[in-house]
Amino acid sequence: MRPPVILEPSTTYSSNSSSYSPSSDRRLNTIAKHFVNHVQMDSHNISPSPTASSDSVFAQIVRAPEDAILGVTVAYNKDTSPIKLNLGVGAYRTEEGKPLVLDVVRRVEHQLFTDGSRNKEYIPIVGLADFNKLSAKLIFGADSPAIQENRVTTVQGLSGTGSLRVGGEFLAKHYHERVIYLPQPTWGNHIKVFTLAGLTVKTYRYYAPATRGLDFQGLLEDLGAAPSGSVVLLHACAHNPTGVDPTLEQWEQIRQMIRSKSLLPFFDSAYQGFASGSLDADAQPIRLFVADGGELLAAQSYAKNMGLYGERVGALSIVCKSADVASRVESQLKLVIRPMYSSPPIHGASIVAAILKDRDLYNEWTIELKAMADRIINMRQQLFDALRARGTPGDWSHIIKQIGMFTFTGLNPEQVSFMTKEYHIYMTSDGRISMAGLSSRTVSHLADAIHAAVTQVA
Amino acid sequence: MEYLPMGGSIKMVEESLKLAYGDNSEFINDKRIAAVQALSGTGACRLFAAFQQRFHPNTQIYIPVPTWANHHNIWRDSGVPLKTFRYYHPESRGLDFSGLMDDIKNAPDGSFFLLHACAHNPTGVDPSEEQWREISSQMKAKGHFPFFDMAYQGFASGNPERDAKAIRIFLDDGHLLGLAQSYAKNMGLYGQRVGCLSLLCEDEKQAVAVKSQLQLIARPMYSNPPLHGALVVSTVLGDPELKTLWLKEVKVMADRIIGMRATLRENLENLGSPLPWQHITNQIGMFCYSGMTPEQVDRLTNEFHIYMTRNGRISMAGLNTGNVGYVANAINEVTKSA
Repeated sequence: MRPPVILEPSTTYSSNSSSYSPSSDRRLNTIAKHFVNHVQMDSHNISPSPTASSDSVFAQIVRAPEDAILGVTVAYNKDTSPIKLNLGVGAYRTEEGKPLVLDVVRRVEHQLFTDGSRNKEYIPIVGLADFNKLSAKLIFGADSPAIQENRVTTVQGLSGTGSLRVGGEFLAKHYHERVIYLPQPTWGNHIKVFTLAGLTVKTYRYYAPATRGLDFQGLLEDLGAAPSGSVVLLHACAHNPTGVDPTLEQWEQIRQMIRSKSLLPFFDSAYQGFASGSLDADAQPIRLFVADGGELLAAQSYAKNMGLYGERVGALSIVCKSADVASRVESQLKLVIRPMYSSPPIHGASIVAAILKDRDLYNEWTIELKAMADRIINMRQQLFDALRARGTPGDWSHIIKQIGMFTFTGLNPEQVSFMTKEYHIYMTSDGRISMAGLSSRTVSHLADAIHAAVTQVA
Repeated sequence: MEYLPMGGSIKMVEESLKLAYGDNSEFINDKRIAAVQALSGTGACRLFAAFQQRFHPNTQIYIPVPTWANHHNIWRDSGVPLKTFRYYHPESRGLDFSGLMDDIKNAPDGSFFLLHACAHNPTGVDPSEEQWREISSQMKAKGHFPFFDMAYQGFASGNPERDAKAIRIFLDDGHLLGLAQSYAKNMGLYGQRVGCLSLLCEDEKQAVAVKSQLQLIARPMYSNPPLHGALVVSTVLGDPELKTLWLKEVKVMADRIIGMRATLRENLENLGSPLPWQHITNQIGMFCYSGMTPEQVDRLTNEFHIYMTRNGRISMAGLNTGNVGYVANAINEVTKSA
């Protein structure tokens, strides 16, 4: 319903109060009616009321729930307790609980800033060329036959998320199968990324709650039952959220199953170097697949292993059967990227390229990376020891068996809730904790909380 | 280098809103604007297109003829069908105002319209202030939703307040508009990909809801936006001295381009070109829609090594005192027998 509108007649008429008379009054009313009739047909002469507000096209919109993972940090920030602990988002923290900017990154940034020859022009749609080449070498190995044969196309992406999304949209547009199989469980955002990209999401068994390890049989069965040509998402290493990775022998069997069913592997590599401390070791599963000459997609992220989180640096590589195919694939990737954000951001990629191309900087990076990985492995041991010392019921060996940034504790949502309420521990409700958020100082607090949760909450 | 929130740098967004809506905008004070950092102008348009598709799945977007080519791609990839409205008038190399107004009137009530806030790309043809008022009024009468793409605030006239005039007119008329802002050109941050998407809502509660939904679109696209460029923008705009310096620098850029327009036109007229060239100085912003045909453009490229898009669009920024004479001569050569 239209709100009342104040009319301002466009013609003037005598309104001198000293000459006010009933006949003026009648004349005013007639004129006013004349304008009222015109309101419905032509609102051209109407001045909108200052208090009028039209119905918004967004009137029906409801407030969206907080993102499950990022929402943890939101809640954590609101907490005023001095003993609060953020074990939610997978961002590395130092022993002092602080974010870490790698020394090598700082140095490179400084170099970039003081280099007067640099500018901020648009980089190509596919990103910086040397960044792309070096990223491919990092993940596939410098001697990779696929690279030597020019069968790889690599495009810079908005960290892991953006690279997955571009890959997903590309597949939805150009691949003959529209189904992607995700491990159960997987990073929450995977489901949304691929669904919005236009693919149908299904799952394959992965985590075995009973053993807190890999449900290898279930995995092979489910992949074996997948329709030929389906896309399969694989976590290259340091599975998120469980930290459970297949052994190399198991990877070989997975590879055989995938190739025998002509499934298309799509690797998400967000933790290369972070899992074992060795970049090459963590890339082995992917390289197994490349070595058999088959095709695959791989999304890389530099968020964690170079600490470049907010700069949004990543890459999508597609290994193809031939150089010609790779070239055509790249041209289509550009058409996906252009209407999404035109071209990727320059800053973070410049840092990565500078580090990867310089031998000394690269070596320093590997040292700093190993230090991060080692600290996390150390935290695993400390937490395990602390729980054992408290006699906390249950088998907690998965804490030291699992790999990477996260531990899938096996705690249920009620126990997690309890830990948040009583101990100010912030973590995702699936029981995942980011080991990177722990320090020697805070391990005992966490151990106390887990102990209490396990003994007091079903 | 920690992750920004999904909605990006709060400070950068705040400063962006002030720039676009006015420092003392009542809408900012009343917290009625849902706003998120976006990947430059492209990313802001894409977020909006995806948002439009999700919450108004049976609508289309009306885009001007012509418009930036990527607008087509953005809404198409978001699953929103495109319709067009008349805009450029080739004969006058100006605005087809009556065609535009007719198309606004004839579109179904409540249609979504894409408008270039200033420095229309690719034509450089902007409505006058008076024309903007009429456009706003007619759109209000039809209940249309105005979505502004503002990629050149400050870059068009040299004055950001002036370049935001169209938006302010629409706000005065009570439109609940949408806006994509880019810092690519006016801060020279091209490759940093910094921009902002804002939607004016009825009240604060709605703005909170809308922002939360925009974040849900960003999360599966890139999780959160890049940090570096946003820090530059928020630092510049948030510091009075730096902001003053920026305003000076953006005016220098705009003035140089305006100067090149005048020089190019003068040169062509001095060469005795039989064609009219006042559109070069009538048009505004980075681009001039020269009116040259694709064949003439091809000759420019093949014979004179001058590169431009085949629709005759010249990026004035590519001209300088060193080459403007050469270009004028070349244009005259290929057009004098037209």
